[in-house]
Amino acid sequence: MHIGKIKKEFPIFDNKVQNNDLVYLDSANSSQKPRIVIDRIYDFYSKEFSNVGRSVHYLAVAATNLYEQTRTSVQKYINASDKNEIVFTKGATEAINLVANTFGQKYLDEGDEVLITELEHHSNYVPWHFLRKSKKINIEFAEVNDQGEVTLEEIKKKITDRTKIICVTHLSNVTGAILPIKEIVSFAHSKGIPVLVDGCQGAPHLKLDMQDLDCDFYAISGHKMYGPTGIGVLYAKKKWLEDLPPYQGGGGMIREVKKKGISYGELPNKYEAGTMATAQVIAFNESIKFLEKIGIENIEKHERELLDYAVDLLGKNNSVNIIGNPKNKGGVISFTIEGIHPHDIATILDEDGVAIRAGHHCCQILHEKLGLPATARASFGVYNTKDDIDQLNKSINNCKKIFNLK
Amino acid sequence: MNLKELYQEIILEHGKNPRNLRKTDNFTRDAKGNNPLCGDNVHIYLKLNENNKVEDISFEGNGCAISMASASIMTDLVRGKEEKEVKEIVTDFLDMIKEKDELSTQLLNEDEKTKLMCLSGVKQYPMRVKCATLSWHTLTSAMNNSQEIASTED
Repeated sequence: MHIGKIKKEFPIFDNKVQNNDLVYLDSANSSQKPRIVIDRIYDFYSKEFSNVGRSVHYLAVAATNLYEQTRTSVQKYINASDKNEIVFTKGATEAINLVANTFGQKYLDEGDEVLITELEHHSNYVPWHFLRKSKKINIEFAEVNDQGEVTLEEIKKKITDRTKIICVTHLSNVTGAILPIKEIVSFAHSKGIPVLVDGCQGAPHLKLDMQDLDCDFYAISGHKMYGPTGIGVLYAKKKWLEDLPPYQGGGGMIREVKKKGISYGELPNKYEAGTMATAQVIAFNESIKFLEKIGIENIEKHERELLDYAVDLLGKNNSVNIIGNPKNKGGVISFTIEGIHPHDIATILDEDGVAIRAGHHCCQILHEKLGLPATARASFGVYNTKDDIDQLNKSINNCKKIFNLK
Repeated sequence: MNLKELYQEIILEHGKNPRNLRKTDNFTRDAKGNNPLCGDNVHIYLKLNENNKVEDISFEGNGCAISMASASIMTDLVRGKEEKEVKEIVTDFLDMIKEKDELSTQLLNEDEKTKLMCLSGVKQYPMRVKCATLSWHTLTSAMNNSQEIASTED
């Protein structure tokens, strides 16, 4: 795996950012896009555009085929057993909202419990909170330990006979903790409880095998996987997609519409109402091909090396405090510097072309638990190098200089 | 862009040792403000006397060096001013941050204006303007006795 070559596939790195080479350490927020993905959108709109799944003319049929090819690619990439288990959404947020809405409608009643964790992104909490309001359900939180992880034991402890669904992140976007999903699913299923996994950070960085994980729902964000914005995937076991009510109503998701009644379409159309983000779905196929070409095992290994290098280097930098120390950790480092607020860190780093994120990273529950209003976060992608980490460390030292810290 | 203009000594000093970071006893008005995107928050306490003069002003909260320094300098400058004078200073400051090159109010002396102008460095950093203006918007809410949480989001 030659990072220099891979980096060249991303046009964003050809240009200077404020006269600096871009050191992009914000991939957990959104990844950059390889040229093939960008070109695919241009080509599709230039030469092949039509709406999908409706008209019978040549372009419509060709576009529909391309659209469905992405579905097949995603199915293979995550090893789902059926292509109809792949539902396109506008993002992982919509994927989770889809489940909360439909599962909630059918299976949740007053007093029922949804078990989530303190690590969850707002997108895996707020949709369930809606049900707390509308159906008077309760939301329970599995707690994060001192290492910044949520253990299987903690999940087991929080399950009650009112627990109706467990919703957990695969990989924390703050501490980087990778949760033992397979074990959680296996235990939950032994109690008859389905599991939804927020795979936003898992999908771009870890090998995925839905049949092996055996989870019921898995939400994926396209733009974090080197793909376009406006596209996400809900993987759901076929039995659920057949069983649950539709989410949004509109064109494309129906079978027959009469004044007195409506019947709904077959999978996967049932959950894809209205005109979808066609160009993005088609370009997302190129993201999958890009990941497959490099090989997810190689990406995991590369990011693991970067992480070890960064933890070691920043760990030696005495005013840097790394948040969490999970045994199993992905390429995310959240940190604070005593005496400098994360927003000031981010602004000063930006001056050197180092792009990080500062704030609560849509995880206010976790930050409250940590007793921190905000943290700074560096997160890695396939294009990052050890030079990027060196520059990060150098720029952190510059922050300390500006703030007169030793 | 120039980091030195943004992080001038006076900003760093006020950010590190904010003045009036406490809660006024027997305050007569107060308001909370937050920056939903970055999680910064501030709570302003105001004590007006019978002549509507600011007898005391203080704040609690946390945020970056810019927002802490801004609240610190602001609370120092409006103490002793009358209600309508405070409003004039707030408007003048927000106008300066938004578009004007200078402060035009006659209610502040040159030293005070120089101190406030140290915050003008944020103009080059659109994402950080909110850090500088949060406490000022919150002061307006407190003056108006508004129960709504002030926000820098429109």
